[in-house]
Amino acid sequence: MIARLLHGVPRHALVLLAMVLTILLAAPIFADDYLLTVLILILYFAYTGQAWNILMGFAGQLSLGHALYVGLGAYTTAALYVHFGIGPWLGMPVAILISVACGAVIGFLAFRFGVGGVYFAILTIAFSEFTRIGFDHIDWVGGSSGLFLPVANYTRNDVVNLRGQPVMFYYVILALTVAAFVICHALLRSRAGYYWQAIREDEPAARALGINTFRYKMIAIIVSAGMTAPAGVFYAFYYNNLFPEQTFFILRSIEIILGPVIGGVGTLFGPVIGAFLLTGLSEGLQELLTHVGLDTPGAKRVFYGVCLLLVVMILPNGIWPPIARFLRLERREPEA
Amino acid sequence: MPADIYLNVAVSGLLTGLVYGLMALGLSVIFGVVRVVNFAHGEMMTVAMYLAVVLFAHLGLDPLLMMLPIAAVLFVIGFVMQLVVINPFIARPEHSQFMLMVAVAVIIVNSLLIVFGPDAQAVQTSYSFDSFALGPLIVDATKLYAGLAAILVAAALFAFFQFAPLGKAIRACADNYTGALVVGLDVKKLYALSFGLGAACVGAAGAIIVLIVDVTPPLGPAYTLLAFVIVITGGLGSMPGALLGGVLIGLTEAMAGLFFTPSAKSMFAFAILVLVLLFRPQGIMGKKLS
Repeated sequence: MIARLLHGVPRHALVLLAMVLTILLAAPIFADDYLLTVLILILYFAYTGQAWNILMGFAGQLSLGHALYVGLGAYTTAALYVHFGIGPWLGMPVAILISVACGAVIGFLAFRFGVGGVYFAILTIAFSEFTRIGFDHIDWVGGSSGLFLPVANYTRNDVVNLRGQPVMFYYVILALTVAAFVICHALLRSRAGYYWQAIREDEPAARALGINTFRYKMIAIIVSAGMTAPAGVFYAFYYNNLFPEQTFFILRSIEIILGPVIGGVGTLFGPVIGAFLLTGLSEGLQELLTHVGLDTPGAKRVFYGVCLLLVVMILPNGIWPPIARFLRLERREPEA
Repeated sequence: MPADIYLNVAVSGLLTGLVYGLMALGLSVIFGVVRVVNFAHGEMMTVAMYLAVVLFAHLGLDPLLMMLPIAAVLFVIGFVMQLVVINPFIARPEHSQFMLMVAVAVIIVNSLLIVFGPDAQAVQTSYSFDSFALGPLIVDATKLYAGLAAILVAAALFAFFQFAPLGKAIRACADNYTGALVVGLDVKKLYALSFGLGAACVGAAGAIIVLIVDVTPPLGPAYTLLAFVIVITGGLGSMPGALLGGVLIGLTEAMAGLFFTPSAKSMFAFAILVLVLLFRPQGIMGKKLS
């Protein structure tokens, strides 16, 4: 199994990966609390970006509503915890199941009726917006006034209930991100992975070759939705408060896809690099602008937007492909 | 509830819907011709709304009179934006175009936030509280003027595309890109012109809607979504479809506000969108998808 996963990966790529992983594992030793929260944010976006990338990067279906699966995951586990005292790890399978069901419904409706491209993107937005407004009116989960998890000053880390200090959350999200990376690597080389790439490149041709495109697009959205849900579980227990306006908001969906698009759609490292770059940029700009005394609300985001614009214009395939060429790692890297 | 309340709300929704339709018309023109998804459409509308607010607050100019100058300003913005920023993206994949427009939207929203702050701003005209009574029907004067202005602009645009040689050339570009190149049309310029026209539409709609709605910077994304819902419901690329979709969504929102709660009104708009996408993906007036 492991031998199959490592097959064909260049030796120096493995060395680089091991180095990055060691640095990340050791980070809490030298990072202060602020840096740790930034790293948590980065890994969170790396994880969600990876999950989104399965649907768009691998199978070519543009989803602009992934906040829906994050939100469903978050609300499911938080509600189970608050109302029935069921812990996050027991709640997670339920959350995944609900997200998968929701993804399957959207996928079935869209792919069965031949809805694709921009239309599919708008359909995903419609579903997440619909859910956002719907949750505003469900009193059982607090409606628009929000759902709160009990907070206390934790001295011990309780991994079973995900209650504790940032260090614990850091290792949880690191584990999730590494797992997502390995899963995506394996998926990309599975039969389904190759079918997805065929569908992404040319769907009619893929169908002509006998690929059941409906089935494989369904698998893509199910895997992607299911993988996104645990990010919601993490979100709920890390932030301890959930508001429909924030959790399901379209900007949340856009945040999820920024990383992979900037990093390189369809690549394994794209979501990770993109998350590092964007979160780093965002935090760095904050520091810089506060230093210069330009910290009016909005100033940071304007610069952020300009940077985004420049990256998208100059590097249409993202940042990873040129880096991969530079590190001589491009081994048949799929074109975005 | 007395029966005439339904009628009053319906008329009010219909008139607001006409302005929505004009906004969506701009999006439809841009997508129909340039084939770029303008995810900064609502943000462009808020720019127009703030222009109208500033002109009214400082110079006392009525938004309805300023509709054409504001539309002209937005036309220039759209024209330049297409030439400089969007044109290199024409042949790029959708997610790339989407990201570009998101970046533009982020810049617009936050620039407005810096300049105008987060508080809602409104225009209060001398006729803000006037209304006309037609038997049992009471029509808000502001909304009536707004609806009429929207129809006027839309009619002018229809006439342009139907009769003006330039309008015909743009339609040719939209129908057959290669063919347009073959007969020697300057497609790049026509694309910029189309984007400018779409922007002018949304500019006019912004100047009008400021009479009905208070403007805040975060309104942009909400209107972008609304414009997409309307355009897809009516049929992408169909101009009467955009107007019809606008009226339909305006009516639905008004009725949902009356029967349920105003905060749930856009839920019904999205529900209509989902139904349309599933059972008539080309939209109510759209041509059959190949």
